[in-house]
Amino acid sequence: MGFLNIFAKSAPAPMMLLPKGSFTVDRDGRVLISTLPQAFPEALVREIADRVLTAFRGAKAAQMPLSELIVRYSSLKLTARELRGGAIIFLVPVTLSGVETSSPEYA
Amino acid sequence: MSAPPKILLLDDDQDLLDLYREILKQLPSRPEIFTSSTGMRALAMLESEPFTLLVCDLNMPRMDGLQVLSIVRRKFPELRTVVLTSVLDEQFRSRAYALGVDLFWQKPSSEREIQQFLQSVESVIGRDGNAGFRGMQSKSLVDIIQLECISRNSTVLRITNGPLTGKVWIQDGEVIDSATDELGGEPAFQRILGWKTGNFESLPAEPGRPRVIMNSYQGLLLESAQAIDEAQGVADGAPANGSDTSHKTATLSRFPGAEFILVLKAGVDQPSEARGLENPQPVADWVKQTLGQFRALGEKLQGGPLQQLQGLGSHRHVALAPRDDLDFCVGWEHNLSAGKISESMKKVLALWGS
Repeated sequence: MGFLNIFAKSAPAPMMLLPKGSFTVDRDGRVLISTLPQAFPEALVREIADRVLTAFRGAKAAQMPLSELIVRYSSLKLTARELRGGAIIFLVPVTLSGVETSSPEYA
Repeated sequence: MSAPPKILLLDDDQDLLDLYREILKQLPSRPEIFTSSTGMRALAMLESEPFTLLVCDLNMPRMDGLQVLSIVRRKFPELRTVVLTSVLDEQFRSRAYALGVDLFWQKPSSEREIQQFLQSVESVIGRDGNAGFRGMQSKSLVDIIQLECISRNSTVLRITNGPLTGKVWIQDGEVIDSATDELGGEPAFQRILGWKTGNFESLPAEPGRPRVIMNSYQGLLLESAQAIDEAQGVADGAPANGSDTSHKTATLSRFPGAEFILVLKAGVDQPSEARGLENPQPVADWVKQTLGQFRALGEKLQGGPLQQLQGLGSHRHVALAPRDDLDFCVGWEHNLSAGKISESMKKVLALWGS
């Protein structure tokens, strides 16, 4: 009966969910602990860590040392806290009510 | 007689397209309905002729609704958009609204829901031609103040322009006072009249308020119109000398809590304007690199446009934000909270644009 499948509507590709969770990286960008979904691409985690560590180091070089970075996209909030050269990074989707559960500000 | 509105329906399910075509035909405005089963084809149709409204499904193969809406928002900013979906995830609703959709509707399943849906869609279609305040179509703030004054009314107009708010007190047909977040009296009135967009609200009169503005309303409006014309002349005629930019930067550097301000133009390494920094170049380099990197990251994460980046330090905080083809960096006093900085930064950007 498999031939009937040709009449069936193909299932749409699932839309990508925004990441929600946190992870810790050391000063070399190695991920130490993560609560992000396993499906979230590892390469993207490393890229986030790299961007965050570069931003912290760049700010220090510009005589403007920072201990926390908050990046607000329209649908996602990224919070990073400096941690002895590394960082702990939180990713939280922004909801319509504006309440960002699991955000360190509200924890 | 005006032409009927044109609605483009986008859904990968042909049965649903046929169904919604019939439903939307019942609208009082008698729209012309067009359909498309793929995002690519819908975009091609939007390119070929103007539409009033796009009604879009979210979950579709190849190009999903959010991707379509993202392109539509960029290429057709005037187009009204409605999401009609069976996806009930709060996150997708949030992302759709972040992309500027006018309505987000779960696919109606009862006669009552269909009627509500039709009323909402009719309202969105009608909004195009009926923009304005309290039924005063295409009226500017100057028109509204003139109307209130000529009618010898007493009222308080509350005007909002994004994060900025202002008030104009009118008593017996005369403007007696005005206020914005930082200004009062005539300067506040001129500032409010310079706002290009906004919403208006009429509040009950405050007869006990002392008169601060002694100028007649005609004189006030004339002076404000001259000031706006002069500012417009500077913006249109001589952007190269940067005098308007310098003036704006100087004004913003006095914003409460701000320690320095840096304005960067896209594609230029040197800061366009800097106030409050002895050596702005290293900070400018960091701002440019950081905003570039986090913009690229945002695209990969599909988190939507980068709105603001805040850096909190023990001595000073900093906030970065793009606006049009400029990047802004403002240094803030370290005792301000992240929420307060976010709010202040929005006001700084709104003041820049006003």
